[in-house]
Amino acid sequence: MGRGTIRQILLLTDGCSNSGEDPVAIAALAKEDGISVNVIGIVDNGDMNEQGISEVESIAESGGGISQIVYAKQLSQTVQMVTRKAMTQTIHGVVNKEISQILGEEKELEDIEPEKRGKLMEVVDELGETMDLDVFILVDTSASMRNKLPMVQEALLDLSISLRSRTGKNHYALYSFPGKRKDIDKLIQWTPHFDTISSAFKKLSMGGITPTGPALQEAIRLFQKRMKKRGTDEDERFDLEEAGM
Amino acid sequence: MRDSISKKQECKLIPNQRVVGKWHRNSYRIIRQLGYGATGTVYLAEGKEGLVALKIASDSMSITSEVNVLRQFSKVQGPNLGPSFIDTDDYVSVNGVYPFYIMEYIQGEEFLPFIRQKGVEWVGILIIQLLKDLQELHQSGWVFGDLKPENLLVSQKPFQVRWLDAGGMTRVGRSIKEYTEFFDRGYWGLGSRKAEPSYDLFSVSMLFINRAFPSRFEKDSSMNPTQLLTKFKEKEELKAYEPIFKKGIEGKYSSANEMRNELIALIKNTSFSPKPLYNNSGSTKTRKRNKVKKQKESNKKRFRLIGLMESMLVGSFLLFLYILYLFGQTV
Repeated sequence: MGRGTIRQILLLTDGCSNSGEDPVAIAALAKEDGISVNVIGIVDNGDMNEQGISEVESIAESGGGISQIVYAKQLSQTVQMVTRKAMTQTIHGVVNKEISQILGEEKELEDIEPEKRGKLMEVVDELGETMDLDVFILVDTSASMRNKLPMVQEALLDLSISLRSRTGKNHYALYSFPGKRKDIDKLIQWTPHFDTISSAFKKLSMGGITPTGPALQEAIRLFQKRMKKRGTDEDERFDLEEAGM
Repeated sequence: MRDSISKKQECKLIPNQRVVGKWHRNSYRIIRQLGYGATGTVYLAEGKEGLVALKIASDSMSITSEVNVLRQFSKVQGPNLGPSFIDTDDYVSVNGVYPFYIMEYIQGEEFLPFIRQKGVEWVGILIIQLLKDLQELHQSGWVFGDLKPENLLVSQKPFQVRWLDAGGMTRVGRSIKEYTEFFDRGYWGLGSRKAEPSYDLFSVSMLFINRAFPSRFEKDSSMNPTQLLTKFKEKEELKAYEPIFKKGIEGKYSSANEMRNELIALIKNTSFSPKPLYNNSGSTKTRKRNKVKKQKESNKKRFRLIGLMESMLVGSFLLFLYILYLFGQTV
């Protein structure tokens, strides 16, 4: 069986974007490229405002991903669950497409009798376990996120424990936005190891604005760069080039 | 918080509502809600088989996965390997199509309240029962995953622990599907989330600690793996189980059987006093042993004392003879 790669952007934010392109539009673009956009909205003690929540949901919806609003404390389990569910959803989407090709338009998993559904689900589970996964993690570091960052760091470490237990390969990249001079700053280049995350968080710079749209745009661009590069084994050199910044 | 993930509205069923399957046309009458889990809501219902448990969700993916697991065990089921699988179908309501499945209704008491009202020896007994089932499960290539008191029941006459939720069951070698942080070794930094027997045995160990800390606790920021052991030592009543607990959280048991055998041996050699204040067998045992030791030591001391007196006696007698001899010479 040919093993493809599941591509996800995982966006962690606590509010509304206020600069640049509409993130909902950019998320739709990502979906067209076969990248799902999952969004986790982190709430402090009080509630996130309506506008913030609706943006979080809209980005995920148009990005073909999953959204979740959580308290910072519950972040760990949510991050791993969203990633896993999103993976299953992506595969599910592919399987559904296959089903409608075989059975005709408008047919989905739910239109198959439960016994056969079970067989299909086994395939979905199998793929979710064995397919390779690229996660581009995008962390909002606008000023209001400051006190939530330790929780974000812990949640990402926890995610890496979960993903490392999979059979398939995983690669992560970690970027923050807003960057010092650009829209996003690289914290960790594509890597299968996530151990450097603690040190990466130390060099974070906090900014005032929240350019979610431009940040997503940059994420897609970097994803495409990686897809072109795949197989040419240039990742290491790429790392060195960019390390000078 | 969980269900904002799927956009579809949660399916609420009310008592006496009839649920008829779209495919198999079986009819079930809802009696009451039994529980609520990550993947759906469980109701007590009445079907043509009598009382059954009905689990319904908005998302067919997770339900279908669970049905797959339950089916697996219905084929080769021993008496205790979870609830047996009965039927799966879709319920068509005005809000949409909701997948559901029917399983055996297990009547019993919740695990934590049961072991809290009974003596501390019961934790060990129920865990011995549980380990037997786990051994069977592991041997058939599966790991329970989300092992916690909420997923266990104690059925009566005779008391027997049963498990309820198949949601976390994962094939050996894969990544654990569903877990609860307190019972997850990954959360405590004590191992991976790969499905292997030792993953379940870690959770089993945490059942002990959950008896002593019913409301559980979170890891603190300066977390290191010994924190769990320190917490365990805080509770005098659990002391007897410490060696088992320690090996369990350190992942040193290679099979459920190994843990079970050690637990059986431990319980056999421990007297659990009926008085809750003194129900700490471990310390009484060591206390007793200490006493014996002390006695032995004092015996030894006494022997030494007697020996000393004896030699002194002999010495003084010789001295007396010598003086007599000296006297004889001078006179």
